[in-house]
Amino acid sequence: MFTWDEEWEVVIGLEVHTQLQTKSKIFSGSSIEYGAEPNTQASTVDLALPGVLPVMNLEAARLAVRFGLAIDAHINKTNVFARKNYFYPDLPKGYQISQMELPIVGAGAIEIETESGIKSIGVTRAHLEEDAGKSLHEDYQGKTGVDLNRAGTPLLEIVSDPDMRSPAEAVAYLRKLHNLVQYIEICDGNMQEGSFRCDANVSIRPKGQEELGTRTEIKNINSFKFVERAMEYEIERQIDILEDGGKIAQETRLYDSDKHETRSMRSKEEAHDYRYFPDPDLPPMVLSDDFIEEIRATLPELPEAKKSRFETNLGLSSEDASILTSNRATADYFELTKSLCSADTKIIANWMIGELFANLNKSELEISSSPITPAQFAKLLDRLHDNTLSGKTAKQVFAALWENVGEVDDIIEQKGLKQITDTGAIEAIVDEVITDNPDQVEQFKGGNDKVIGFLVGQVMQRSKGKANPQMANQMLKEKMS
Amino acid sequence: MALDKQTVHDIARLARLHIDDAETEKYQSALSNILSLVEQMETCDTTDIEPMTHPFDATLRLRADEVTETNNRDKYQTVAPDTQDGLYLVPKVID
Amino acid sequence: MTITTLSELAQQLSSGKQSSVELTQDYLNRIEESKHNAFISIDPEKSITAAKKADERRATGDTAPLLGVPIAQKDIFCIEGTLTTCGSKILENFVAPYTATVVQKMHDAGIVSLGKTNMDEFAMGSSNETSYYGSVSNPWGSQEQPLVPGGSSGGSAAAVAAQLAPAATGTDTGGSIRQPAAFCGLTGLKPSYGRCSRYGMIAFASSLDQAGPMTHTAEDAALLLNTMVGFDSRDSTSLELPAEDFTHNIDNSLEGLRIGLPKEFFSDGLDSEIAELIENAVRTYETLGATIKEVSLPNTHLALPSYYVIAPAEASSNLSRFDGVRYGYRAEEYSDLVDMYTKTRTEGFGEEVKRRIMIGAYALSSGYYDAYYSKAQKLRRLISDDFTRVFENCDVLMGPTTPTTAFAQGSRTDDPVSMYLNDIYTIPVNLAGLPAISIQAGLTQQNLPIGLHIISPYLQEAKLLNVAHKFQQVTDWHQKTPTISAEKGDK
Repeated sequence: MFTWDEEWEVVIGLEVHTQLQTKSKIFSGSSIEYGAEPNTQASTVDLALPGVLPVMNLEAARLAVRFGLAIDAHINKTNVFARKNYFYPDLPKGYQISQMELPIVGAGAIEIETESGIKSIGVTRAHLEEDAGKSLHEDYQGKTGVDLNRAGTPLLEIVSDPDMRSPAEAVAYLRKLHNLVQYIEICDGNMQEGSFRCDANVSIRPKGQEELGTRTEIKNINSFKFVERAMEYEIERQIDILEDGGKIAQETRLYDSDKHETRSMRSKEEAHDYRYFPDPDLPPMVLSDDFIEEIRATLPELPEAKKSRFETNLGLSSEDASILTSNRATADYFELTKSLCSADTKIIANWMIGELFANLNKSELEISSSPITPAQFAKLLDRLHDNTLSGKTAKQVFAALWENVGEVDDIIEQKGLKQITDTGAIEAIVDEVITDNPDQVEQFKGGNDKVIGFLVGQVMQRSKGKANPQMANQMLKEKMS
Repeated sequence: MALDKQTVHDIARLARLHIDDAETEKYQSALSNILSLVEQMETCDTTDIEPMTHPFDATLRLRADEVTETNNRDKYQTVAPDTQDGLYLVPKVID
Repeated sequence: MTITTLSELAQQLSSGKQSSVELTQDYLNRIEESKHNAFISIDPEKSITAAKKADERRATGDTAPLLGVPIAQKDIFCIEGTLTTCGSKILENFVAPYTATVVQKMHDAGIVSLGKTNMDEFAMGSSNETSYYGSVSNPWGSQEQPLVPGGSSGGSAAAVAAQLAPAATGTDTGGSIRQPAAFCGLTGLKPSYGRCSRYGMIAFASSLDQAGPMTHTAEDAALLLNTMVGFDSRDSTSLELPAEDFTHNIDNSLEGLRIGLPKEFFSDGLDSEIAELIENAVRTYETLGATIKEVSLPNTHLALPSYYVIAPAEASSNLSRFDGVRYGYRAEEYSDLVDMYTKTRTEGFGEEVKRRIMIGAYALSSGYYDAYYSKAQKLRRLISDDFTRVFENCDVLMGPTTPTTAFAQGSRTDDPVSMYLNDIYTIPVNLAGLPAISIQAGLTQQNLPIGLHIISPYLQEAKLLNVAHKFQQVTDWHQKTPTISAEKGDK
């Protein structure tokens, strides 16, 4: 665990850019699908040809409101798009359409779990804006190439209060947010593709001081691992400077994950004057109560509510409920499985957390790419439930399913794993065992109950594991009494 | 209000324009004259007046989320100064 | 020489007296022979192809009212495959890859585009002298005394006045249709903000810009407006309105019409001869049954100052896209990215454009926003409220379109502020988003046309056209042509 000098207090605020899951761009009808050939998803509007105009995407507004409602934030029923003016090759208009004074989502909060308990992190605001294009720095005869496919992709920028006091808290907040945006299906959370990006504002101050220290903004931290490391590096850097009697420069720094360091961004050196003003092409957005209530009605169950329902209604332990609601895909997998089979909830949870997760971890797979579908999983657990399989044979079927061999019943058939539940067949074996083990039978009759285990084992052995152990147990007891 | 030379150059740089030293005075005087005109605004008290950003206080119309655009890259790039492999080329950008 | 109206041409075409190809060729010949510099570019082949198509449509029984009629387009409208410069060097090589909605609507109605008319660079100017493609001579002037045609739609105005086109499109941000219409003796209509789509019309000041027709008569303006208006899903400020035929009520009686004369429009700076001619025009309305009363728009004097914050602020941002990356001019030599931007823009924009970009950037810069931009937007509301108040008791307002007649070329280029004063009567209308029309209402002793400015409440273009048309039924000012005045002068 990373620690630093007790004298310093760390202050972290995060700005998270989430790409909203729409089909088209925020202000044009271009596709936002990832990975297209350069500039093939750049329309007249995205290229900022002379004379073009933005038209706002309804779905982007809906998704933003959905987020606001999920964190119980204030929704600004009148919100305004503003232009943020600066020159950059990936910004075709020379301004970014964003929201400044009146963002669509106002103040809200997100709770995180820390070592010292639950802590509420304030969300200052969340505003809609358009993404920029991409500058490709590979060498094109010493020039930079510009791809504007991403330009105009809808973003919701979620800005936190400077409430976090350690990189660990910041990561907890980020994970919570990452989970939430996927839960409410506003963002796919794909960090590799840049759908969920984070900038961190980091400063330090002597413990007890109220005034905030000078902050630096760290950009380009696009995985949970890097977030923590980048912040740790930056905190150490700032402490070193201050302890050497130096001053922190307010600047934008870029995290280089290869070198594990942050460095000042030259291109951002010039002090910006963004000259924000309300975009005259886009009148204020006015949201009706009906619109907001309609969204509220379709808001899915949020992680906390789901966890508490799993505990209270389904009788799961707090720990299991926590694991099964840790992300939307896991919770969905669990609930779908449960809806498809008659096994006990507890059994389903055990099998998921045990067998399924162990295998997923071993193969480094996300649950969304599990080779076993919830339907197959449910079938397997049903066969356990109706005694077709024993715990042991069920594991064999699970392994076969994992290898994609076939469906549950076919596997049971092919491998001959069906438990013997036919009374006559079991009775014959039981009679054999009683005949062949007179000593043990005597011991049992003399009051040694433990010997029953040995006798059941004999039955299982002779049936090659297929006899139902409960039935064998019962029958042995009956015959020996 | 009279603008000083430095301010003229600062505004120019903000707008990615260059004003020659030889032209500075001309711009300085023209811009200052325009600002004097503009400053007549100060004669009016506007306390409690809501700014009007759009005629008739229009509100935003939202469009359905549909992909309506197709790939026209070749057509759009015929008017571009410098392209390669479908990319717009610019002098090297340094982060 | 007499004027040729759109309605006359439409009749000739529908009666088969002339084909669109013949008519279009005739105008193209006139354009090529003219010396007004009214056009930045023409594409005869394209125009003739469009005319042929119109003739074919007619042959199949199409009776669209303006089918085959050729008109000129201000070079601010993008037309696919057509050079579209907006009067600027920075777009000297820009062949638009798409077509403006307004132009598309006109093309769909069978109108033939004759060419792209000259204009002040990015519509910033009142004399057409800021065009990179040279100034335009007002057909009412002479070689000895060249006059400006007004601006920014100066090329359109000169083209129609010189009969190089029977009508033209213009755009009006602070008076750019009405002022040149007044200077060139035409009818120029600025519709309500939101009537005509702004998509494909290169933006100057987005909250003020509006396209409109420039014609000889109100009837022509109505015909052309019919083809220009309509909802456009590509413009968030476009209005969804029921279809309207602006010619329908154009002949209604003006009995009982209440005309307001804002005293602020007859203030000190107004040329006395113009004041007199306007009073004559107003008297004509009295004979048509109108009642006249003086009214007040007390915040009029704040319109010019607020306009010169709002328009440059929006323009400074709108013109940031001209950076030499995706289209248009790029400087030939530069050392790095910032240098490329700076040289491209410095070489590509003219002086007036640079001034306005700088004023706008300054007004929006940190620390000044409240004092300038926010303040101007508040004044805008006061100015708009003035109109709402007077329209409670008036149907239309009248006054002069401009404080002076067309002035000499080069006489005001050194003093931007004196140039801006030209638009003192037209600007309040843009700030309020209202419709207004300028019609020729007389000739001064120097044989220069003057414009009567008529303003109506929001969306009442039909009323404006009706009021303008009735005047033109009982007067013949709109039929005066510069050639006649030149002949007179020769005697």
